[in-house]
Amino acid sequence: MARRSSPEVNAGSMADIAFLLLIFFLVTTTIETDSGISRKLPPMEESEEDVVIKQKNIFTVLLNGKDQLLVEDELMVLEDLRESAIEFLDNGGGTGEDACTYCKGKKDPKSSDNPDKAIISLKNERETSYATYISVQNELVAAYTYLRNIRAQELYGESYSEMMKNYKDVNWPGNREKLKENINRLRKEYPQKLSEVQ
Amino acid sequence: MSKFNKKKKGDLPAVNTASLPDIVFMLLFFFMVATVMRDNELKIKNELPAANEVEKLDKKELVMYIYAGKPNFGYQSKFGTEARLQLNDKFSEVSDIPAFIYAERESKREELRPFLTTALKVDKETNMGIVGDIKQELRKVNALKINYTTRIGDVSLNKQ
Repeated sequence: MARRSSPEVNAGSMADIAFLLLIFFLVTTTIETDSGISRKLPPMEESEEDVVIKQKNIFTVLLNGKDQLLVEDELMVLEDLRESAIEFLDNGGGTGEDACTYCKGKKDPKSSDNPDKAIISLKNERETSYATYISVQNELVAAYTYLRNIRAQELYGESYSEMMKNYKDVNWPGNREKLKENINRLRKEYPQKLSEVQ
Repeated sequence: MSKFNKKKKGDLPAVNTASLPDIVFMLLFFFMVATVMRDNELKIKNELPAANEVEKLDKKELVMYIYAGKPNFGYQSKFGTEARLQLNDKFSEVSDIPAFIYAERESKREELRPFLTTALKVDKETNMGIVGDIKQELRKVNALKINYTTRIGDVSLNKQ
């Protein structure tokens, strides 16, 4: 019998098959990473000693069940929250040991001494909606970022957000140690002191 | 004589498509490698609120997800319309969180455990009550690093 040569496989449909698979993986792929507001919860053990905090160093934000905002016992709209938080944090009304050399606020003796002492206290009710709560958190974080940006611009000529972006960028060519030091300084000058009442 | 045959000048030569499968396969491999399969199907409504002061959550393997929201339509007859919790693939109670966290910790390498973050993916129409309960449970098991996962956008989008 004559040797039969095996028939050539038609590879014309190869592209179609590959396309089919490609489309499947295209549809199932999720490349984007999640992002959100990071927070640190306070540890469970209650510290025994009561720390005395002056009333003027506390900025109370209260969210009621109808999503209304009560800031320092006054009704406020969300749009004004950022500004009044900035005003409170950057007040620098302290004298002597508590004086704040870099604050640009009104130095009102009735408001906070310095950003290190200033505490924002956030209280919400069970009926508050999550969307409003996140909005408030966002505005408060924005207030801190704003102050850090201004201070960073003054000290290093670039904004805090820019510095953070550089720090996260692996390919950034500059001196990372120095950058970390600068960031920590800014964080120390405007620490995020946000306490949530349960 | 063929010398005088008219050449068809206007015709474009056919593009050679022999390398098309190679190109497609290359793309295919890229997407195969980059794909992360959704490992849990959501049984609740999960429309995240918007915020713009956000940090990225890299290192997906170090994130534990807790979902909360109203049950989807098909589950409402069984679970009601009140906001519920979803851990992995099933509806859970707030009291199931410690066991869930311990199980997640157990599945990670020991040196990575301190870096675990809990991502709270909560529907924007949920009340803070359940979120407060979740946070309280997380404090009990010392899972203190949390992240309120949001969409990126202006907060004015949160108002209906």
